Amino acid sequence: MAIANNRLTTEQYQQNFSDIHPPFVNKSAALVEANRCLFCYDAPCTKSCPTGINVPKFIKQITTDNIKGSAHTIFISNIFGGGCSRVCPVEKLCEGSCVYNLLEEEPIAIAKLQRYATDKAIEDKWKLFDRKPSNGKKVAVIGAGPAGLSCAHVLSREGTEVTVFEKESKGGGLMTYGIAAYKVTPQFCEEEVEYITSLGGIEIKYGQELGKNISLMDLQRDFDAVYLGIGVGVARQLDIPGEDLEGVVDAIRFIYDIRTKGYPAVTVGDKVAVIGMGMTAIDAATQAKRLGAKEVTLVYRRTEAEKPCTNVELDIAKLDGCEVIWLAAPKEVKGENGKVTQLVCSRMQLGELDTNGRRSPVNTGETFTLEVDMVIKAAGQVAFETLVSGELLQNNKGKILIDTNGATNIKGVYAGGDAVNGGKEVVDAVQAGKDGAKAILSYLENR
Amino acid sequence: MADISSNFLGIKSPNPFWLASAPPTDKKFNVLRAFEAGWGGVVWKTLGSQVKNVSSRYSAVDFNGGRVMGFNNIELISDRPLHINLEEIAECIRLFPDRAMIVSLMADNDRKSWHELIKKVEDTGAHGFELNFGCPHGMTERGMGASVGQDPGIAKMVVEWVMEAASIPVITKLTPNVHSVVPTGKAVVEAGTNALSLINTIQSVTGIDLDTLVPNPYVAGKSVFGGYCGPAVKPIALKMLATISQDPVTSTVPISGIGGVSTWKDAVEFMLLGSSTVQVCTAVMKHGFRIIEDLCEGLNNWMDEKGFSTINDFIGKSVPTLTHWEDLDINYHHVAHINQDKCIHCGLCYIACEDTSHQSISLTYGKPYNTYAIKEEECVGCNLCQLICPVDKCITMVVQRKGDEYVNWKEWQKRGLPLNDH
Ligand SMILES: Cc1cc2nc3c(=O)[nH]c(=O)nc-3n(C[C@H](O)[C@H](O)[C@H](O)COP(=O)(O)OP(=O)(O)OC[C@H]3O[C@@H](n4cnc5c(N)ncnc54)[C@H](O)[C@@H]3O)c2cc1C
Ligand SMILES: Cc1cc2nc3c(=O)[nH]c(=O)nc-3n(C[C@H](O)[C@H](O)[C@H](O)COP(=O)(O)O)c2cc1C
Ligand code: SF4
Repeated sequence: MAIANNRLTTEQYQQNFSDIHPPFVNKSAALVEANRCLFCYDAPCTKSCPTGINVPKFIKQITTDNIKGSAHTIFISNIFGGGCSRVCPVEKLCEGSCVYNLLEEEPIAIAKLQRYATDKAIEDKWKLFDRKPSNGKKVAVIGAGPAGLSCAHVLSREGTEVTVFEKESKGGGLMTYGIAAYKVTPQFCEEEVEYITSLGGIEIKYGQELGKNISLMDLQRDFDAVYLGIGVGVARQLDIPGEDLEGVVDAIRFIYDIRTKGYPAVTVGDKVAVIGMGMTAIDAATQAKRLGAKEVTLVYRRTEAEKPCTNVELDIAKLDGCEVIWLAAPKEVKGENGKVTQLVCSRMQLGELDTNGRRSPVNTGETFTLEVDMVIKAAGQVAFETLVSGELLQNNKGKILIDTNGATNIKGVYAGGDAVNGGKEVVDAVQAGKDGAKAILSYLENR
Repeated sequence: MADISSNFLGIKSPNPFWLASAPPTDKKFNVLRAFEAGWGGVVWKTLGSQVKNVSSRYSAVDFNGGRVMGFNNIELISDRPLHINLEEIAECIRLFPDRAMIVSLMADNDRKSWHELIKKVEDTGAHGFELNFGCPHGMTERGMGASVGQDPGIAKMVVEWVMEAASIPVITKLTPNVHSVVPTGKAVVEAGTNALSLINTIQSVTGIDLDTLVPNPYVAGKSVFGGYCGPAVKPIALKMLATISQDPVTSTVPISGIGGVSTWKDAVEFMLLGSSTVQVCTAVMKHGFRIIEDLCEGLNNWMDEKGFSTINDFIGKSVPTLTHWEDLDINYHHVAHINQDKCIHCGLCYIACEDTSHQSISLTYGKPYNTYAIKEEECVGCNLCQLICPVDKCITMVVQRKGDEYVNWKEWQKRGLPLNDH
């Protein structure tokens, strides 16, 4: 059969890509959970949220029937609180440090409660924020992803006029184009962007690409400050023979297609190998399986102990029936008639500690071969090095360098999110956007 | 197995748990189900004057997600024809001869009405009467219920009328809608009542609907004060019970305790403060009659553990431990101690003590978990942190007496020991 699309029925696609963390069925169900919350002081969950949402407060507000207040508490810290409630790896964030864990009890379902409050706000289009009177300033934001829009929202609340330049035709960044479809629907992403911009003072110009139809110089001339939230680019090259065979795809591209073309249109192999063990690798593997691939194998060069994804993520892949091969690195992709037929891997073993304190994989010289018709590359993403260097921004392999104030080497130009950290979570990008806005506001004030 | 049977003025029941006079006891159907479930006795729903109830009769107070912490009603006494009630009472006694059948009464306010009612009810074979001097709504406007119980003189007169006619034991049920239950209690004991029961419901407004702005329960755009009961009133009932158990006059008669009893533990507390039997209403209205099983089993197991073979071994045992403030030992001192192995770092003890008590808990910042410890020299031993801590036995109070000698307030003053020194 090899690579093909349209493998499943409409119902099967729907079933496979339905919400992996469904919301509370009704108010009573939410209240049972909300009432379990102990209302901790200086709460560990809040400290473990990169945006510092006052979790005990918003949960308490659910119990007092103050859902508006609850949504406001969430959004004041994290304007992507709705999206985050669906995509955050909470097991290593808020819920991971819930004190109930120390009693060996289920942690409070913080994300689910967060979704309960924010869904209502977004559905009913509650106007929870007012803009301050105009401060007469104009700021350009590049990228309508979590970092860019979070920055724009804070700036606009403070009375700044914000113009967002986005190369795609929709906002939300990887939230819209990258995250697994069973975590968040394209429709929700659109509603979320609409809700964020309903504040006013934020104009998104789509189809505008920095480095193509706009340049930093123009922006510096037309605006009082610039914020760069451009994220990171395509998947890292494997740099092995056979990488250009038909059937070797970039995970980001693969997922982008799933999110934009509709499930039946996306092609997938019978036997798929996925290289990597991060969030992207997991998402690519599970979604390949959910599109109808018969066998999906994740190939990772270290052991389970070093894996970058969380246990919860790995479990999703395993429950979907994906296989995992630890201590294996891709060596060569082989093919016939220009199409992938095999992936040759080197067996690895763990060696010395690297600079991050993880043990580095070392090649044993042994190899083995997987019969596959598709290889998905998900061994990290590369930053936009050419673009960034071209705009004369100081960077580290494309990751924009900023000082503690979020400022780049160019005066009045700030940056944050994946473009700076090289690729973390949505919630980190949202915080980066807030930090950037704060720095820009103080820059504009003191100028 | 302990013997949990009860003998209240010769009225026997297999256990000390009676259903209080209320909807659960207002007809044969319910009472037979209660007896089948195992209840020791019932106080039949109050019989007396002709009444008419309204629709929409109850409201409640919920707490932290729990339903019906407190319950409120605006119902009147039985609204069924007297002869049917009497027939059904006789039938229940015939079918369950080993259970206590007490009938609650509230006649019109004249001697003749009381005498007639007593005569009719005695013909059913009932084992005792309970005089309802407590209903706080509907009947008071007509000079009955709480308006009798609130005036010791009137209460005494009515009990005297009753005692002239009654040939079976008479229990007088007291209203809590007074500043002290003792004056009426004394008056009715002096008038000859054989026993007391307390409390009836407490006047209340349970809440207001924030859309209609009308309090609950809603009756066509209006509401009235209702009678409050259920778990929320237990501490008030226990206090009132204790004052009756302490008074030299009222403590001479047996007491049936009522007010917020939901579990065997609640019941034991009432008994420790002097109740010979315990009556229950709200808890069965919330859960049904089946709760009698754990009431009996829990009481039995506790008595076995404590070595009590009959309920008389512990009834009233805690009464002497309730003393006057000025007799408390000022040299007694204890301080909080946090077991760090059990602590889950919720910080609730810290914020309570820091904001509202004595700033006696230290916070050492940690991410995500802070460490909390007691500053013993600052701690006054108020118990607040221990009460708030969500983990069983994580915070304990450790005795650190200030001196070996028992010194009370009077002695403290006499010796001129330091005051206002914290
Ligand atoms: C496959 C995958 C799965 C993920 N799953 C999760 C998850 O489950 N949970 C989670 O929290 N995080 C997840 N992440 C990470 C998360 O999506 C990112 O950390 C987050 O979106 C970063 O936000 P950002 O605003 O910095 O960048 P992006 O979201 O990348 O937004 C950048 C925006 O800038 C635009 N842009 C880029 N270049 C230009 C240009 N030159 N001119 C104009 N516009 C430009 C882009 O089109 C995009 O809209 C995942 C990432 C991937 C790749
Ligand atoms: C709906 C309702 C009706 C009641 N009717 C009577 C009554 O007719 N006579 C009476 O003496 N007490 C009546 N009571 C009071 C109860 O007998 C009892 O004293 C009170 O509810 C406290 O007990 P509890 O907390 O277990 O409910 C009534 C209580 C309720 C809830
Ligand atoms: S007992 Fe009272 S004073 Fe002492 S630490 Fe606890 S709350 Fe503070």
